[in-house]
Amino acid sequence: MDEIFSVFAIEAREQLEALENGLMQIEQGDRDPETINAVFRAAHTIKGASGVVEIAPIEKFTHVLENVLDRLRNGEIEVGGDLISALLQGCDHIGALLGKIENGEVEADPEMQSAGDAIAERLRAFTAAPEAATAGLPDQQEGEVERDGAAGTAIHDCWHISIRFGRDVLRNGMDPLAFLRYLLSLGEVAHITTLCDAMPDAEEMDPESCYLGFEINFRSHADKDKIEAVFDFCRDQCELHILPPHSKIGDYMALIEALPEEVMRLGEILVKSGALTREELDQGLAKQQTAAQQAAAAEQQAPHIGAILIEARMVQPEIVEAAAVKQKQVGEKKAAEARLIRVQADKLDHLIDLVGKLVIAGASANLLAQKSRQATLVEATSVLSRLVENIRDSALQLRMVQIGETFNRFHRVVRDTSKELGKEIELTIRGAETELDKTVVEKIGDPLMHLVRNAMDHGIEPAELRAARGKPAVGQVELQAYHDSGSIVIEVSDDGGGLPKEKIRRKAIDRGIIGAAQQLSEQEIANLIFEPGFSTAEKVTNLSGRGVGMDVVRSNIRALRGSVEVHSEEGRGSRFTIRLPLTLAIIDGFLVGVEKSSYVIPLEMVVECLELKEAAVDRNYLNLRGEVLPFVRLRELFEETGAAPARENVVVVKSGTQKAGVVVDVLHGEFQTVIKPLGALFRHLRGIAGSTILGSGDVALILDVQALTQLAASAEERTLAAADSRVR
Amino acid sequence: MADLVQAAAAASAVAARPPFAAGEANQYLTFQLGGEMFAVGILNVKEIIEYGSLTEIPMMPAFIRGVINLRGAVVPVIDLSARFGGAPTQAARRTCIVIVEMQQDEGSHDIGIMVDAVSAVLEIAAADIEPPPAFGANIRADFIAGMGKVNGRFVIILDAMRVLSVEEMATIADAGARGDVSAAEAAA
Repeated sequence: MDEIFSVFAIEAREQLEALENGLMQIEQGDRDPETINAVFRAAHTIKGASGVVEIAPIEKFTHVLENVLDRLRNGEIEVGGDLISALLQGCDHIGALLGKIENGEVEADPEMQSAGDAIAERLRAFTAAPEAATAGLPDQQEGEVERDGAAGTAIHDCWHISIRFGRDVLRNGMDPLAFLRYLLSLGEVAHITTLCDAMPDAEEMDPESCYLGFEINFRSHADKDKIEAVFDFCRDQCELHILPPHSKIGDYMALIEALPEEVMRLGEILVKSGALTREELDQGLAKQQTAAQQAAAAEQQAPHIGAILIEARMVQPEIVEAAAVKQKQVGEKKAAEARLIRVQADKLDHLIDLVGKLVIAGASANLLAQKSRQATLVEATSVLSRLVENIRDSALQLRMVQIGETFNRFHRVVRDTSKELGKEIELTIRGAETELDKTVVEKIGDPLMHLVRNAMDHGIEPAELRAARGKPAVGQVELQAYHDSGSIVIEVSDDGGGLPKEKIRRKAIDRGIIGAAQQLSEQEIANLIFEPGFSTAEKVTNLSGRGVGMDVVRSNIRALRGSVEVHSEEGRGSRFTIRLPLTLAIIDGFLVGVEKSSYVIPLEMVVECLELKEAAVDRNYLNLRGEVLPFVRLRELFEETGAAPARENVVVVKSGTQKAGVVVDVLHGEFQTVIKPLGALFRHLRGIAGSTILGSGDVALILDVQALTQLAASAEERTLAAADSRVR
Repeated sequence: MADLVQAAAAASAVAARPPFAAGEANQYLTFQLGGEMFAVGILNVKEIIEYGSLTEIPMMPAFIRGVINLRGAVVPVIDLSARFGGAPTQAARRTCIVIVEMQQDEGSHDIGIMVDAVSAVLEIAAADIEPPPAFGANIRADFIAGMGKVNGRFVIILDAMRVLSVEEMATIADAGARGDVSAAEAAA
């Protein structure tokens, strides 16, 4: 794919997303004109950009979409479910067209073409009727001006557009002529004067620069925004003034003043083009002169343009103020955008890779320095490793993205699915600004989709049942993200029926997942739904119920070194809690040793370390300042041979709300850990989250503390069950 | 050893060919394991390294010896003898790890196999390769790609894809961890 197409596709995708999000907001009752404007702008930008790269299908189609949005913006058509559906369908079609561009197919596909035509037809239906009704009406602004009809108003009934293109317009790949042509789609040009005053002498002229300006008298029913929007793409590179029909002479004067050319020359042009009559011009100039004299007399600077406008009672002071504030906001937004740069993801990955190697190499240098016992060398390497740590943190920060984008996609999913299911469901999003690793964000989409669909399909009850249970008719699904002790937590909750515990239990017994006599806590029963091949849905819908859902969700999340569990209350709803590591690349670890092996515990989980004393031989808990702390003996769990040393240590770890101890031989301390996945061979391995390479070049294993405690618990259960059966 | 490695590298540069194409001689890396001679197609062999500093992985079956640090990548090491159901290999002076590149589902990954000693790179013509015996080799028949005749002796040519099937080994490891022997046998 050409670079120009790929840039276009990326940008168009962003606009499309904004468009879709805006539409969702509008549907949810957001009537802020700014939202509608934003939607319109997004559509307009896609159209403009596709025109620039000459992708006619997108340009044409978006034009239809834009027309509908324009009517919506002008309040000519009402927001309705039908309209939004049609518009969203339009978005999908643009997305599909973009997909083709991304695949490098430029030619139109007849099938897609006809699909597009059908959607366009549907959209046109929204514009057709009101168009006929309003066509004959004069422009609103026109009417207003006519009403006040005071002296000092130009008699001219055309818009006056003054534009001076910037020097770099051509260099940036834009053709002034194209804008003028596009302008023609809004109305007719009554008169045009080309200004080449800025043109330097031949030897100084740069053929790649643009020196042109235009004074245009333009007859159209379009409003100012629309005319302005024509020049959107060169807006920041050109000087643009638009005066509405029947403007005050003062406006023209201000215009003349604002433009770079000489006053008289411009005045002549205006007269010649018919924007002003000779008398009007003279009158205006005279007035301006007296104003200047007055100002000089009062030893003041020439009045500010805003002040002149107010004085001439052309606009109310509040409007000027509002405009100023808005201008500032727009400026700020532009600045924020300018601070962003696009970087290819693989470049970043490469950087992270290198930083990972740097961390390992640094650790090995540190180790050697400490062995050498040279104070200066040790100092130098420690400075170095601190810097490496900083680099590591900043490099990782580069990959952090907000989860909001992923979450926002679900508005659409919930909307479409709830229509399909015939249930009324509302999606609430919280913590959209929570940041997590890009790779995690990419991979969490599918599991989330599954959970959200499940919540809608199985969780939220049909409306009648909800009414019978005394719940509000509209079902609630909530997506929430937040940080918690070194991991990120994503919750998907609903206020539906909850999980049917008894049914799950029976099913699990049927499937042989649990024994009939096995005693399970409510919690454990609920979590059985993550077992492979488990689905209790009575009817298989195309959304869920194929029995592959939940275990895939769990294995996907485990692949990200995360965990998922469900809390559910029958009749009240369920909450799925996904816990993920912040990053998949590098963490701060705590290095411990058992026998000859080294293990790393994620530092965020470590609460404290203490010596293991006075522990009863076959009891695995200790008294932590009055608290019962169960612990896991790594030596036993990992079946290490050899006797325990005289002094053993306990690392107190915390994951979620649970606290536990891990008994190890030695504590080595903090260690920057570059996570190396163990690969497919070890994918079933529980209790080990991955591996890392130590300064010495040896491989150390990273402990998955949560899984370890579960492992210890189930091991204990098994021995107890065995003992139980012996007693019987 | 060095020339061996070079030979291996040169051979692996050649594009993969179907095994035992008629009239063609393929190169094999032969090695000693429990006093017996084995061979693997050299196209899969990436390099051969000395045995040393291996990290054991807890809760894994005996044939998964552990992992090593191969220039920054963590590579699992398989004990072939244990994989064939024999006793674990004892590390000795000539013990080596042969790094084999496996092509599976999504992309390739490296696996090390622990052998008693590496012998040589041999050319065995397709005509000199017999089909595996139905029984008697004391190794699962599907692990054997063929029996190569070298100097009047048989060399067991291993089907690396089968022997080192990550899918199968992971299933056995999982079943082993759950203490479910029957599942492990079913998988085998």
